[in-house]
Amino acid sequence: MTDRRTTIKWMLAAAASMPLKAQRTWGQEITAQPLARGYGTDPGLTKLYHPGDVWPLTLSASERRTAQALCNVILPDDGRSPDATSVGVVDFIDEWVSAPYPRQLTDRPVVLEGLAWMDAEALLRFEKYFAELNESQQHLICDDICYEPNAKPKFAKAAAFFTRYRDLTVGAFYSTPAGWKDIGYIGNVPLTKFEGPPAELLQKLGLGPGHT
Amino acid sequence: MTSPATKKEYDVIVVGSGAAGGQTAYTLSMEGVKVLMLEAGRNYVPEQETPMFQTPDQAPLRVASTPEKAFGFYDATIDGGWTVPGEPYVQSTDDPHGRFAWWRSRMLGGRTNHWGRISLRNGPYDFKPHSRDGLGFDWPISYEDVAPYYDKVEMLIGVYGTSEGLENTPNSSPGCLLPPPAPLVSDYLVQQRARRLGIPIVPGHRAVLTQQLDFKRSPALLHPGNPKAQKIIAAHMQQRAACIWATDCGRGCSIRANYQSTTVHLPPALATGNLDIITNAMVSEVLLGRNGRAKGVKYIDKVSGAEHQAHARVIVLAASACETARILLNSKSTSFPNGLANSSGKVGRYVMDTVGSSVSGQIPLLESLPPQNEDGASGHAFYAPWWGYQDQQNGKLNFARGYHIEFGGGRRMPGAGTLHGIERFTGGSYGKKLKEDARRYYGSFVGFDGRGEMIPNEHSFCEIDPHVKDKWGIPVLRFHWKWSEHETRQAAHMQKTFADIVEAMGGRVMGKVQTDGAEAIAPGGFIIHEVGGAIMGKDRQSSVTNEWCQTWDVKNLFLTDGAVFASNADKNPTLTIMALAWRAADHIADKMRRKEL
Repeated sequence: MTDRRTTIKWMLAAAASMPLKAQRTWGQEITAQPLARGYGTDPGLTKLYHPGDVWPLTLSASERRTAQALCNVILPDDGRSPDATSVGVVDFIDEWVSAPYPRQLTDRPVVLEGLAWMDAEALLRFEKYFAELNESQQHLICDDICYEPNAKPKFAKAAAFFTRYRDLTVGAFYSTPAGWKDIGYIGNVPLTKFEGPPAELLQKLGLGPGHT
Repeated sequence: MTSPATKKEYDVIVVGSGAAGGQTAYTLSMEGVKVLMLEAGRNYVPEQETPMFQTPDQAPLRVASTPEKAFGFYDATIDGGWTVPGEPYVQSTDDPHGRFAWWRSRMLGGRTNHWGRISLRNGPYDFKPHSRDGLGFDWPISYEDVAPYYDKVEMLIGVYGTSEGLENTPNSSPGCLLPPPAPLVSDYLVQQRARRLGIPIVPGHRAVLTQQLDFKRSPALLHPGNPKAQKIIAAHMQQRAACIWATDCGRGCSIRANYQSTTVHLPPALATGNLDIITNAMVSEVLLGRNGRAKGVKYIDKVSGAEHQAHARVIVLAASACETARILLNSKSTSFPNGLANSSGKVGRYVMDTVGSSVSGQIPLLESLPPQNEDGASGHAFYAPWWGYQDQQNGKLNFARGYHIEFGGGRRMPGAGTLHGIERFTGGSYGKKLKEDARRYYGSFVGFDGRGEMIPNEHSFCEIDPHVKDKWGIPVLRFHWKWSEHETRQAAHMQKTFADIVEAMGGRVMGKVQTDGAEAIAPGGFIIHEVGGAIMGKDRQSSVTNEWCQTWDVKNLFLTDGAVFASNADKNPTLTIMALAWRAADHIADKMRRKEL
């Protein structure tokens, strides 16, 4: 669930991005825009949704190919859990960049330009598309952009894209059953009792009654 | 849940169906009073509509926030949020610090369907703040007047917690509170380290059933001498299941294990046969009779667009603080050209929210812990009540009022935002290393939220905008907002305190610790503790209602929501709203029996 802290961050960003003219009357700007493409303010909450159900997906075949390759470089199959693509992360990214909401509309050019950059850089260095590179070639490119504070100035924009893309990939991967299993989330099951952490764990950490 | 067949005449009309409207209608209908409830939103059936075990990958955008679902896809808010389509409101300035963001929910039960369920009592100081430090206003009532109603509300809705005997943090009467839930590892760690800094960490209070309500003992205490009411509430208490320690309370609860008006107040009230509810009924004004009494309300049926009237002997507004003020301000007549019950000019004045500020930390001690189910009661097993009353009395702090700390960590259900920004700790890892890092860092974050008192001021108010109307043609509110230094300094104090706790836990603060209080404070309205706008007081010059939530100007008009709050203590307002609504409803029923209303 989205907690209030996340929501407030989002709200501050949304407020800052509102055009000045619309700032004084809140709520009106929403009706001035077509809402048909979003899920509205009263969507059925118990239905099962798939990407593309509410608004159409928009990535081209070649964008999806690059998106898939990059997702799998970020989260590959490691024997404990599958790669990102096989749990639907690319479908999620397509749904995300195709969505009619402010945050997603802001991300769309970042992701599309970023995917295009990955291919352009791959062609420049290896004369192949990113998806066609071998693992070590893909890593040579990603190593230059995987951490913004260390990226050279000429890679700054690509590094900003990578940060965003990694966040989207990670969030999408770990919110699936396979991701839950890998990361060790074992909740969302009804219990008759909730007893808290085992005593031996608390003891080991020096916590709980008797420890000050 | 709503009853389509309505009678011609009612004893009382209640506008709104949330904490205030629900409690008012519950108390009155249990006392045999015929009540008509009008709700601006649609009917809502938690038993059928709550996404109890739905997972993020079954929802659009993995439940991420959007303007249409600001708290995420599964949040139990319908046709609501800080903006509501077709129902705009206006800001008086472009200055971001001068704005108020107004959260509404257009559904039966209102905001009680999604609220945080934190249920804290105001203490004795909180009803007499002006007497203590010369700021703001005293209430015309004291803690002792409200205490019996706090007991009743806690017994009725079910609140877990403990009585710790701490300063201005009242104990409940024996038997009122349910046992608190087991804390998480992160809760224990916060408790240990914050206590070393002199900050008390004690069990929180939330309206969640950690066990079944005491349906044998409580009914007689809730409704003495009223066997019919006792029988009804005993039956409903047995129908509510205890918490199953899964699914976030913000989604609502189909098994009725937490408090929302739609699962706790309205079903027994309807079972009395004394309550009718009309949904999609947008009230625009209160109608004034020739005798100077309110005779009814005008409302728009949002489905057909037709305008209707409903009449009753007593009118109760419980529409949410600012919506109640709006209805009064829009109810103009020759006797009340500036709005009904507004001879004081105080309607719309002294709107308050809660001071909010947050810090998160990453805690190495919590890394790589063995997987365990930490869903629990969905947070707030512990909290820190305000600990600085003596320092403030002795002039050691540069702000006048207190705050409490809500905090949470643990292995929460991962969603779209999980582990965002992880590169700050990993140096930008990807590939197999990132998977290892994810296992290490998941569950190692703890967030702290301050919730502090705002002192009412002359610069924070709402009025009717002269130009803008909503889609129903009803004039809308225009907001003015200003924090005083008591609030911004308090927010800066929160930042420093939370950073100190994170450090005492051996952790690292995520992001920047904000030393400028004006930047640290969440904008007005963001904490959604909107109160004030028609405050109660000791006389008709300085306030809108008396201690019974009865308007000074119109004898049969009552306001039972947060509008009457004369101060906004750090304690979350909902429990106090319900206690005051019960008290006012008892008064109304009593006066009606005596034919004095």
